[in-house]
Order: sequence, then C-alpha cells, then structure tokens
Amino acid sequence: MDAGFLLELRNIEKEYFGNRVLKGVTLNVKPGEIHALVGENGAGKSTLMNILFGMPVIYATGGIKGQVVFDGKPVEIKSPKAALDLGIGMVHQEFMLLPGFTITENIKLNREITKHNPISRIMGDSLKSLDVPAMRKDAQKALQTLGMNVDDWLPIAGLPVGYMQFVEIAREIDKENIKLLVFDEPTAVLAESEADKLLDAMKKLAARGIAILFITHRLDEVLAVANSITVLRDGEKVGFMTQEEATIEKIAEMMVGRKIERITTTAKEAADNEEIALSIRNLTVTMPGEMVKNISLDIKKGEVLGLGGLAGQGKIGIANGIMGLYPSTGEVYKGKEKLALNSPRTAIENKLAFVSEDRRGVGLLLDTSIEYNIAMTAMQIRGKFLKSFLGIQAIQMADDKRIRAHALQMIKDLDIRCTGPTQITRRLSGGNQQKVCVARALTMEPEILFVSEPTRGIDIGAKKLVLDLIVKLNRELGMTVVVTSSELGELRSICDRIAIVYEGRIETVLSPLASDLDYGLAMAGKYSTREEAV
Amino acid sequence: MNPMALWKKLTDKYGFPKVCISLMLAIFFIGAFMQKQDVAAMLADSTVRIAMNGILVLAMVPSIVSGTGLNFGLSLGIITGLLAGCIAIELDMRGMSAFLWAVVMSIPLSAIMGYAYGWILNKVKGDEMTVGTYLGFSVVSLMSIGWLLLPFKSPEMIWAIGGAGLRTTIALSGRYAKVLDDLFAIPFFGSKLPTGAVLFFALFCLLMWLFLKSKTGVAMAAAGDNPKFAAASGINVNRQRMIGTVISTVLGGIGMLVYAQSFGFLQLYQAPLMMPFAATAAVLIGGASARKATIAHVVSGTILFQALLTVSLPVINAAMNVGNLSEIIRIIVSNGVILYALTKVGGGH
Amino acid sequence: MNTQLATPTKPAAGKSGNWLLHILRANMVPLMFLALCIGATIASELPLSFVINELVVRLSRNLFLVISLIIPVIAGMGLNFALVIGAMAGQVGLIAVKIWDIGGFNGFLMAILFSTPFAILCGWLTGLCLNKTKGREMITSMILGFFANGAWQAVFLLGIGTVLVVNNPEIVLKGGIGLKNALDYKFLQYSLDKMVYFEVGGIGIPVMSFIAVAVLCWFTRFIVTTKLGQEFRSLGQDLHIAQVAGIPTDKIRLIAITISTVLAAWGQIIFIQNIGTLNTYNSHEQVGMFSIAALLIGGATVVKATITDAIVGTALFHTLFIVSPQAGNVLFGDAQIGEFFRVFIAYGVIGMSLLLHAWHKYMEAKRKLLQE
Repeated sequence: MDAGFLLELRNIEKEYFGNRVLKGVTLNVKPGEIHALVGENGAGKSTLMNILFGMPVIYATGGIKGQVVFDGKPVEIKSPKAALDLGIGMVHQEFMLLPGFTITENIKLNREITKHNPISRIMGDSLKSLDVPAMRKDAQKALQTLGMNVDDWLPIAGLPVGYMQFVEIAREIDKENIKLLVFDEPTAVLAESEADKLLDAMKKLAARGIAILFITHRLDEVLAVANSITVLRDGEKVGFMTQEEATIEKIAEMMVGRKIERITTTAKEAADNEEIALSIRNLTVTMPGEMVKNISLDIKKGEVLGLGGLAGQGKIGIANGIMGLYPSTGEVYKGKEKLALNSPRTAIENKLAFVSEDRRGVGLLLDTSIEYNIAMTAMQIRGKFLKSFLGIQAIQMADDKRIRAHALQMIKDLDIRCTGPTQITRRLSGGNQQKVCVARALTMEPEILFVSEPTRGIDIGAKKLVLDLIVKLNRELGMTVVVTSSELGELRSICDRIAIVYEGRIETVLSPLASDLDYGLAMAGKYSTREEAV
Repeated sequence: MNPMALWKKLTDKYGFPKVCISLMLAIFFIGAFMQKQDVAAMLADSTVRIAMNGILVLAMVPSIVSGTGLNFGLSLGIITGLLAGCIAIELDMRGMSAFLWAVVMSIPLSAIMGYAYGWILNKVKGDEMTVGTYLGFSVVSLMSIGWLLLPFKSPEMIWAIGGAGLRTTIALSGRYAKVLDDLFAIPFFGSKLPTGAVLFFALFCLLMWLFLKSKTGVAMAAAGDNPKFAAASGINVNRQRMIGTVISTVLGGIGMLVYAQSFGFLQLYQAPLMMPFAATAAVLIGGASARKATIAHVVSGTILFQALLTVSLPVINAAMNVGNLSEIIRIIVSNGVILYALTKVGGGH
Repeated sequence: MNTQLATPTKPAAGKSGNWLLHILRANMVPLMFLALCIGATIASELPLSFVINELVVRLSRNLFLVISLIIPVIAGMGLNFALVIGAMAGQVGLIAVKIWDIGGFNGFLMAILFSTPFAILCGWLTGLCLNKTKGREMITSMILGFFANGAWQAVFLLGIGTVLVVNNPEIVLKGGIGLKNALDYKFLQYSLDKMVYFEVGGIGIPVMSFIAVAVLCWFTRFIVTTKLGQEFRSLGQDLHIAQVAGIPTDKIRLIAITISTVLAAWGQIIFIQNIGTLNTYNSHEQVGMFSIAALLIGGATVVKATITDAIVGTALFHTLFIVSPQAGNVLFGDAQIGEFFRVFIAYGVIGMSLLLHAWHKYMEAKRKLLQE
C-alpha cells in the first residue's frame, strides 16, 4: 500500500434493492494529481461520487460495502457536511450560483465573513454585519489563483458561461481546507476555448497540491491533463493507466467492451432492402440537454435502427424533434411526402408513433385509467373509438365498449399485469407502464415506431420482454422501428444498424457486429477522425 | 377495527374535508333532533340552497379538469349572469320566459368574458389561482363603476332618488323570483321542495357528464391531467384550457341566475366578490382536489356544504344567542377547506 | 495572467437622452399614478393645504404597515397577503388595554407589548403553513387571511362572554356575548402622534410617528446588511441553490414572515391610535390589500420592494384616496364613482402586478426551456 494517497476507495460496493450497481471499485488519488474517471452512462461514476459525498439518498438505501480512506485515515462520510469538513469539494455540472448576487457574494455564499455590531451582541450572531471588504479580499485571492482578472463585484447574471464555471471553482478553493476537488463533466457546457482555459486552471490547482477527480467523456481532454485514468464499466473498475500508457483507442475499448447476446440470430443485411421509410435532412432540434445539430439520416423500411451515444449528446432529441415535441428545423420526408415539423398531430397522422423516454412525464396520463391511456391518441387523431351521440354526427362521444374491448385485448397481448383496464397507470410497475405506452403507440397502427429508452427504470426480467416485443413487432408485423437507448449492449442485441450520435451529430453508422473499439471511438467522437487518419 | 385505523381508511378514501364535514353535519342533525327543531323544514331549506348553488359549484369542474385549477375568477361569469338578469328586467320580461331569456343572453356574454379570461390564464400557467383571484376582484370593482354608469332605465332597478345607477339589491318579485323553485314544487311536511330547480341542476350535471364523455371532453381531461402527454398526442393544450375556462364562466353566469331566482334578488356591486370561494369550497368538500373533480364531487360537496350551513345556524342559535353565526361558519369552513387543498397541491419546488 | 475570456459588455445606457427614457421606463408605474394623482387633485378642486394635511396624517398612520411588507418580498415569499393576521394580533393588544382600561402612551406601549407574543405565534403559524405551500405563497396567504378573519369573528363574537368573561357593557354586546362592532379608543388616540407635535404652515406633523417609521426604515436597511439579510436575499434569488449552500431555508422563511407579522401588529396599533376607533370586525379586513396596493403603486413588484417604493407608493395611493371621491363628484356628479374607483385601483394594481409577474415567470420558464 502506498501511503502517499490522499483518497483511497477500497472495494466499494453498492446495492440498490438487490441490484448491484457497484461491484468492488477501487480508486486511489494522490495529492496534486489529476485523476480522470471515465465510463459510459450507468457505469457507476455518479453512484461512486454520491458515496464520496455522503449523499443522503445513497445512504438511506443502504447496501454499501468497502472502505474509504482519506488522508491516511479510514473515514465514514455520512453526510455532505462530513465531506465538506474533510476538504472534499465539488464543482457542479449545473451552476449553483445566484444570478442577482455578485461574484464575491456567490463565492462566500453561506460562508460570509461577519463582524459584531451593537445589535448583534444582544440579539445573536445571525444579526452580525457582513464584512464586505474582507469577503472581497478573499474572493479576489481565489479568483487570482485561477488566473482570473475580473471585477469581483459584478453580478453573476450577464457573465459568460465560462466565467460562471470559474466562479464555482473559486468558491471551492476559497474553502481553506480544500484537498480534493471533483469536477463533474465541467467542460460539457463550455466552448472549446473556454474549456482549454479550464483545463489550464485545473493544472494550476493540481500544482498547488489539490487533488482533482475529473469526470468527463471527452477523451482528448483526459489525455491532455490527467496524470492517471480509471475506467469504469457496469459498476466495475475495468482498467487503470497512467498518462504515458494511455491512448484514446485503449480507453475507448475499455469503456465499451462487453459480451453481446443477440436476441435475433442474424443481423439483417443492410442491403436487404433499400426502400427508404423516412429520410431526415439537416434536422436541428432545440431540446435542452439533448441538442441535435443538423443531422441527415435515412431510415430503411422494415429495419430496426438503433440511435446510441452518451447521455447529453443528442440522440434523444432526434425522435423528439421528428415527433414535434421540441422545436426543430430541417426536412423530414416520408416516402415522397415532406412532413411538417413542430406538429405532433402531423407526425401521428402520417403513421409515426412514439414511445417517449420520459414515461411518467410525457408517456402517460398517470391519473387516468389504462384503457383511456391506450385509446387516447388514436381517438383524438385517428377518430377511432368514437360514436355519434343519439345519431347526431356532429357530437362525437367516446365509445366505452370498444375502448374496453381493445384495452382487454392489449392487456392480454402484451401481458400487462394490472387489476383491470380501469386501474390508473400511476399504480403500475415501470415495466407495465412501459407496456401501456407501447400499447398506446400500437393502437395508432404506426408504420414507423420510435421507442426511446425502452428499458430505463425497468427490472431485468421485464427488460427482456420489452426488447423481445420490439423485435416481434419488427419481424412479425414488418414495422420499422427506431430504438434510442443509452445502453449500447441493448442496441447491439436487437438492431440491424446503429447510428452513434456525438455532440448533436451522427458520428457514424455501425453494424451491430462491429468491434468494441469502433463503438468506443464512435461514442467518444473519435471515429471519424481516426478513419481520416487511416 | 380500531378507531384510528377506521379514521385513516375513511380519510384516505373520501378525503379529510369530506369526512370532517360529514361528521360535523351528523352532529348538528343529532343536535337538531335533540332540540326538537323542525328537521323537515331544515331538509327542505337545504334542498333549496343545494339547487340554488349547485350550478355555481358545477362550474368548477371544467376549470379543474382542463388543468387551470380552482376557478377563483368565477366572479367574472357571475357578473355576466347579473348583467343578463338586469337586461331581462330592462326588457320588461316576466316569469319563466324572463329567466330563460336571461340564461340565453348570459351565454354569449359569459363566453366573451371567458374567452378573455382564458386568454390571460394561458399566459400565466402555474399561477392561475393567484391571478384569477385578483382578476375577479378587479373586474368586480370595475363593474361597480359600471353598474353606476350603465344606461338602465327600468325604475325597478335604478335608485328611487337621484336616478343614476343601479340599486345594490334588485328585487325580483313579480319578475322571475322562484320561477324554478316553484316549478313542480312538491309539498313536504309544510314546506316545499324546489323540484324545478333540482331538475335544472340535474340537467346541467347530466350535460356536463355527457360533455366529459365526448371527444372534446376526453381531450380536455387529458390536457388537464398531463399537458405534456396531451401535446405529444397532438392535442392543443391551450385550446382545451380555453374551452374549460369558457364553459366554467358560462356556467358561472347561469349559476348566478339560478341563485338569483331562488334568492329573489339580484345583488350587484361588491356582492359577487367572495362568491367563488364558497363554490370552490363546496367542490373541495365533495372530495375534489385542485387537479381532479367529478360530478359526484360536485353533488356530494354541494349537499354537505349547504346542508351544514342551513342546519348549523338554528342549532347553534338555540344553544346560545349570537348573531351572524352562519356567516362565520361559512368563512371558516370554506377557507379552511381551500387552505387544506392548497397544502395538498404540494410545494412548487 | 488573464483568462482572456470575453468580458460582458455593459449595455450602453449612458448616452444623453437615453438615461431619461431609462428613468421613465424604470419608474413607469409610479409616474403613471403621479399623473393620475395630479389630474384627480386638480379635478377635485380641493385646497392643496387640505390635501397635504390629510396626506401627512395618512402617511404617519399607514407607512409602518406598508414597510412591514418588504422583508417577505426580499426573502422571495412574495406579497404577504396574510398581513391581516399581524393586524389582528395588534388588535388583540388593543382590546386587552381596552379591557384593562389603560390610556395614553402607557396604554399604547402596553398594547405593543401585549400584542407581540401573539404576533410572533401567529407569524410562526403562518410561516409553517407557507412552508407547506412553497411556490404558491401568495394565494395561500390570501386564503389564510380570509380564514383568520373567520377565526377572529368566532373568537370575539363567541369567545367573549363565554370563555373570557368581561363585565364591561361599554364593549360587550347586549346579550353579554361578543364584542361590540365599534370600540372607542379616544383614551388612546394621538398618544404617539401628539407626543411631539407641531404645525408648519398649517400642516400638523406627528413627529414621534414619523420617528417610529424612520426607525423601522433604518431597521429594514440594517437587516439587509447582516448575515440574516444575506440569507433572505439568497432565498429570494433561488430557494434551491440557497438550500444546496446549506442555508436552513424553512427556518429563514419562518423568521421573515414572523418579522413581517410582528411589524404589522405594531403598525395596526399605530393606525388605530391615530383613528381613535376600532371597528372590531372589519378594521383589519382591508389592511393587507391597501398596504399591498400602496407598495405596488410605488413601483415594487412581487420580487422587488424597497423603502422608497413603500414611501412613494403610500403617498400616491393615499393622495388618490383623499381626492377621488371629490373628483368623482365634480366629474360625474357622484362621489360613489370616486369611491369605487379607488377600490378598483387597489384591486386592479394588485391584479395587474400579479398578472405581469406570473406572465414574466411563465415566459422566463419557456425561454429557459428552449435555450441551451
């Protein structure tokens, strides 16, 4: 054991309701070192960080094993405050800054320097006056450490994003005992030049002896600054390397590598069918956190197309844009016909259907019965399940009998476990809720079905059922299916082709049987540059 | 089953306000029997007040179902109802035809008002209740000036001396007072049951029930339950909210006219100010929430609330001699119930 | 070393002529009401000295209440419609000194002392309720005010003579139960106002009342510069971020609303010592609404309120109050129109302010959703 480590995480395990999300992770960080932690979404990075910060949610659910050693002493971090007291700081991905406060006030938020006044001597400490000059002095010092020349009395609102990031960091290093700083995807919101400045600042901090844990998916940034790199996959540490040993290919392959179990025996040859079901040209979608930037893609008739990529890269935005849920520009052709964008109605009328990734937010009427959930969209757009009122054609009433019959059929076909068609969907399990969403989409008899994150938040048994169902729809009913998923393994097991999205663009389209290295590079946005080099 | 478990089961099933009010009502009825009060007259009286207030309470349903929440701006509809009621007198109409014409005239007026109100509500999503309350207050006080300035001429309505402006209370006797209440009235232990008014209320409940089963009604409910879902299903959420608000306002107008014919007076100026709160409280007592309301909630809530107000007054007055008690109970119960509902909506953050 | 990031360029507001436009736009609400006030004053044909005299009296008795609204606004809880509850607590103190029959300045002080614990309790309870309804504090405090009004009536109509026996025919209703509708406070009237009092050019100045207001202004200013004030301000900016920074948000909100309630109680006592009668069941009713309207007319909003807003707004609102019945009489031949008009102004300005705030919030949320 090397006594020179600041932080040692030894064999950390964590279970969520019998589901092991961390399987014995070991991580060692030296003082003054930049240590990169890389891995796909769901690899366990955030769970690990939550354990390090003593987040109540993590500790409340229990099932944590292993040991945390900080500064040579075994510690138990039971609360965020304990982490703070040890000298562990976090630079949040979303800024925790008050827009109307000045830079100084934000840096010193709830750590204000105060001094007594006559009233506070009687009434207590909370009426102490703020010592603004002292606060400003501290703030300026912290800003200067980062190499930032800016008036510390400017309000945050109106500052460029890059500055805000620096203020966040300044707040952390202003804490006197800071020893370890965690950067969670700090460059995700920054422009390239700003990101470079941030990396410089990180190096500078490390040079002052502060250890840095750097969580990112930008592999070239990792190579540029990290002294050592730990790769996580599926809750396990799959690799560790020093700066000298690391290459992009090596990291990428480690991140992705896994056994693939294909549900379908063969991938249909891409050349099988050249008829295009949907042709997307220059599509740009403004979906916060999942921006799509000017992509073009053809969806072939009868295929299962996968859309993969890391979270936040824009894969989710594609289906949402085509279905009209988020503002988009560009052109989408179905056959020869051009579809109007930004109109869910047009999309549905043209036999497109969508199972949203946000099941509870967009996919379901949580306080409405299963049968109405299933029938709703078809009723409103397709005019199904309607009857006239007392023979008056103008008054259209819901036809409860047909709705009930259809719902019962769907419950049987998709094996939705419920007390009956009138149960409200809030009370269903995740898997059964997902089946209701699928049932609603199928009720519209779509030609092209978009399914986003079909297995998110569903237990393992139900996952397989949902994936089997998608394959069945494709193979038996000939439906064209576009599956968007953060789980690459899932895509590789059911899709005919997989498009990987990186920073809002299609990085490449791969066969499900392509190598792990190819996938790793594509996910990291390095596939096309390497192809050019070769 | 132990009492605590029973209590919990009941409040879970029917909601805390409904159980509490039912209990209070039961106590008052027992008290009435013990004091040997004329319970039959109380029942008949309650029925009159239930039929009188029912449609105003029903007006809460479309607004809650379409997702704009409790309609504290119902006074907008009430005002158009009053206006139509005045116009009917100005046109020198009498009896049932005066009432029906007033209803017919109130509908376009309310629809216009509701459209403007709905337009505003669509601009302030999330704050409908706060804005609605003060919008209602503002329009009521603006209309107070209106009542003074509107060129009504009928001597029954304008101040006897001075001439300008409408009276605060306009008597409807000889016009359309009690036209619904007296229609097919049934004698009941020396009192009368207002069959016509009850049927009128039932008719509107039936229409509302049918509407909620129609294609539009279903779409409106979807927009209220989950606007994002509705939008993704190609439903125009703003339009559904607009429909809900317009229907609510129209029902407010009709409800006001039913109220007035039973009460026997049109009350102008500041009188409509707090009326929406009583209607809101009734539907909440029935078990509705700021997000969910059904016809059953309306009917049971109106019955419980109005019966409570009717029965409590003589019972308490017999116990101790103080005035104005019914008013105090109305204020405490209605605002208490609304407060309870607000805490149940949950924090915004 | 400089990070060399692009510095934000400030909007060029310094150009000549632009600053005037800027001032006009920033103070549109008070300026509009100023114009309205001037117009109505001229139309009313009232002598200016009368208007000013009335205005001074009204400022001295209303300002305290209006300023007590400021702290909850700073703490992000919006306009405290539950100000009524504070006023009620103040009236509890007043009723107590009436029962004990303590007159003069002693009575005034006693009322203040006796009302304070009630105000703290009421404020605390209000705060608990508002903590359960975060994000819809205003509608809740509104309903809470109505509810408290019912509770007040129940206590003083039913409680007096039954629970609390008072043998004073001057204040108890004939039946022996319940307080009379109007209580006479001549024995307390002007105990603060006329302690130090002089006239300047025919205009009476109640010096002590204005000193009380000045002390309150200083206190409000002072508290903003303290640690507690900084916490209020952080809550007002963003509750979530304040919480993440470790500020006990619920407790701070309780403190803010309690301070406001206590100040309102004192404000109501000052108000009644000037008026000289207490309308037991409706003196407090309009307190919240009129104070809020005054604050808003001064240019405050749901999220921003300053002492200047309070003073300017109170002056404008009450000028309108003084002159509008007479103006209505002169212009329309009916004083009632003027009276209804000022009620409409009160409701209308609040309604408009709430509407603009909600609209702004909605648009902001929409914009945030679409920007990356």
